[in-house]
Amino acid sequence: MIQNPSPSTIDLSCNVAGIRSPNPFWLASAPPTNSGDQIMRAFDYGWGGAVWKTLGDPIINVSSRLGGLRWRNQPLMGLNNIELITDRSLETNLREIREVKKRYPNHAVVVSLMVESKREVWHDIVKKSQDTGADGLELNFGCPHGMSERGMGAAVGQVPEYACQITEWVKEAATIPVLVKLTPNVADIRYAARAATKGGADGLSLINTINSLIGVDLETLKVMPNVGGKSSHGGYCGPAVKPIALNMLSQIGADPETAHMPISGIGGIGTWQDAAEFLLLGAGGVQVCTAAMHYGYRIVEDMIEGLENYMRQKGWRTLADFKGKAVTQVEDWGNLDLNYKVVARIDPDTCIRCNLCHVACEDGAHQCIAPAAPQDDGRVLAPVVDETECVGCNLCALICPVDGCITMTEIDTGKAPETWREWQNRLAAGASPDDHPGMISGH
Amino acid sequence: MDGIQRNFQETMPPLSPDEALAEANRCLFCFDAPCIRACPTQIDIPSFIRKIATGNLRGSARVIMESNPLGATCARVCPVEALCEGGCVYNAQERPPIQIGRLQRHATDWLIDSGETTFAAGPDNGKSVACIGSGPSSLAAAVRLREWGYAVTLYEAKPRGGGLDTYGIVSFRLPVEISLAEVGLVERTGATFRYNTRVGTDITVGELLKRHDAVFVGVGLGQPASPGLPGEDLPGVRDTLPFIEETKSRPLDTLSVGRHVLVIGAGNSAIDAATAAGRLGAESVTIVYRRSKEEIPCYGFEFEFAKQEGVRFQWLAAPKRIVGSGKVEGLECVRTRLGEPDARGRRRPEEVPDSTFTIPADMVIKAVGQGPDNGFLSHLGLHLKGPDRLAADRETGATSHPRVFAGGDIVDGRDDATVVAVVAMGLRAAAGLDRSLGSPRGAGATVPAHPKTVIRRSVSR
Repeated sequence: MIQNPSPSTIDLSCNVAGIRSPNPFWLASAPPTNSGDQIMRAFDYGWGGAVWKTLGDPIINVSSRLGGLRWRNQPLMGLNNIELITDRSLETNLREIREVKKRYPNHAVVVSLMVESKREVWHDIVKKSQDTGADGLELNFGCPHGMSERGMGAAVGQVPEYACQITEWVKEAATIPVLVKLTPNVADIRYAARAATKGGADGLSLINTINSLIGVDLETLKVMPNVGGKSSHGGYCGPAVKPIALNMLSQIGADPETAHMPISGIGGIGTWQDAAEFLLLGAGGVQVCTAAMHYGYRIVEDMIEGLENYMRQKGWRTLADFKGKAVTQVEDWGNLDLNYKVVARIDPDTCIRCNLCHVACEDGAHQCIAPAAPQDDGRVLAPVVDETECVGCNLCALICPVDGCITMTEIDTGKAPETWREWQNRLAAGASPDDHPGMISGH
Repeated sequence: MDGIQRNFQETMPPLSPDEALAEANRCLFCFDAPCIRACPTQIDIPSFIRKIATGNLRGSARVIMESNPLGATCARVCPVEALCEGGCVYNAQERPPIQIGRLQRHATDWLIDSGETTFAAGPDNGKSVACIGSGPSSLAAAVRLREWGYAVTLYEAKPRGGGLDTYGIVSFRLPVEISLAEVGLVERTGATFRYNTRVGTDITVGELLKRHDAVFVGVGLGQPASPGLPGEDLPGVRDTLPFIEETKSRPLDTLSVGRHVLVIGAGNSAIDAATAAGRLGAESVTIVYRRSKEEIPCYGFEFEFAKQEGVRFQWLAAPKRIVGSGKVEGLECVRTRLGEPDARGRRRPEEVPDSTFTIPADMVIKAVGQGPDNGFLSHLGLHLKGPDRLAADRETGATSHPRVFAGGDIVDGRDDATVVAVVAMGLRAAAGLDRSLGSPRGAGATVPAHPKTVIRRSVSR
């Protein structure tokens, strides 16, 4: 039995590639980190760090710039933007970075950078940035819109050789840790991750936004966000992208060439639970944007408290106690046990008889949940699972509106664990195809 | 708008579009949903709510009106706690059920405000039906029959259509415009309304049978029952339905109401009369009831509404005599106590000896129930059920005359009679009538004979 640490002994302090912060919650490089005033206000709310809105040649933005995905009346399940990097002068940003660092020496201030692909230009901005006293640099190789048309952002991140080259240039001049921020707009994130690693990056940030077109206004027929009757593809973020980010995080953690790299996790993080998932899959800290854009800096208070409570409940004192604990579970499909089986069990006492499990299973899964037969006394009973037909897909449990009503229960198949790979080997060694692992349903 | 006008505006506010969207998104979209099973007209409630959630208000109204052609009225007057909302699965979790009535109103208000209709007459099938009365049962039957291509004429004694919906439910629960809008939707199907035409007086049922292939009797219970008290003829004694009808058909500022009003009876009409009297300006309104509040026959939400309105209750008092010289001055009552349950399970009030007392009042409203127009009943010459109800098959509407069908409260007006129940009866009777005439369809008809088919699916393996 683990002795649960008292609240005072929980230590959220965080170190990603040598960049230290009092907690793992950083604001990602985006509108919430546009200026010194904002970032200092965010630190006062409790944020542990901030990645400054990307520095470079100041740009001119368009209006409008954002598009949101509503889902069943919930705003901002996803957020798409066509805003570019900072539109403020380099001098202003550098002066404010220096000021913030002076006032908040213990918080992480990371400078995001994006300039044209010339060695001396990169050297120049790296030197100017680290002269401010900033704690680290983040190379923006991810921005998928606008800047990529000018040969920067994702245009670099999508070509491993470029990413490696520029990382090398930066490392030639850098005296502080360098994170490379990766774009998800590639077929396989591991190539860019390896390139950044090879170039000498101290850590990786992922994911940047995903190429997206948020939608069409059905009244005006305008594609959103509308810029004078035209639009452009943008970068997608928010709750909807979290699973994509988690997958890429786990891919990098499973890749021998990059498994050792410190990672700052990004993508749809809005709560302490989201953050804990990133940490369990190997991130050293996390960055947040959409949720802060939606609700403001104040959300960090619950992220901190919630994570502390969760750690105390689990008996963990520091982030290191659980960082990466889930990484090794992620395997190739071929290494999964075909003889493991769960079935759905419906608790008739909490079931509210909505029959959503029935229709989902009937039309969308494996036709093994039947509505209860009508009763003479008029009572309506809970639907019934045919456990011999149930394949354990989880669909019913996922759509059940009652928390805990449907549980996926492990049952003993009476067979020793065997993966598809092992089965292939057994077949190659002459086993009969009829002696297969797992269950093959009758239809 | 002056105070009294304002008092007679609809009490329940509409859902705002944002509220409707939020509430619609709370619906779980149950399969084979219990709310549908609880609705006498079997409206596909999850479907119409989902359409609100997607912004398809026309489709939402179509789903409602297809099953219940008086969807806007029923959205307001249905006892939803006892019907759809009572069936909502959220009740099992002791969470507030979906506000189905208010969502239904949201969709049907859209329909009325848009000026559109969801009804379409079918191609003429050469047959003709007379509807006696234009209350909810006749309106529902008329819509269905027009969809199947019948020529339909509704014979209405009053100058306007809608029956009880238009004349007998207080306008702060059901604005007269809503009822008339639904009458208008029926008119737009091409049904003919003969107003100010009382069957039995202005035209005989025999003439209707000559002019039409079939007759549908869709009348209700319009005659007030009498408590049989001495003094009922005193000025200041009113029956509830004419009193409510005045508030819906005459300028409110021309109406008179007593300062101290007593209402005899405690059913839903009594609540309507009591609250209307209060809203007209009565200083005190008291409902006098022979039993206790445990036995009160009105719906729970009506009782709550009356209490909110400041209506007082004199329980366990049996009215004996209305007293006054030349006008009402009070109601003499005897105190009661409750004895053994009667045949319907309600405890019988027994008078307490020597307990006479008088409640002062200058107006007494009698609300002890309604009965049929017996003259009309005998004019019809059909078999009766009990002393004064028309005998008709509740499933097919068939009566003792092969070409006469019936729905409405006159068939089986029970204490729990609801608009939605007589709508359902009207729809079933229309189908019964149609089958008896061989389900004729005009050339090119696309409306199926029975457009509502419930698809039941089951796992059978």
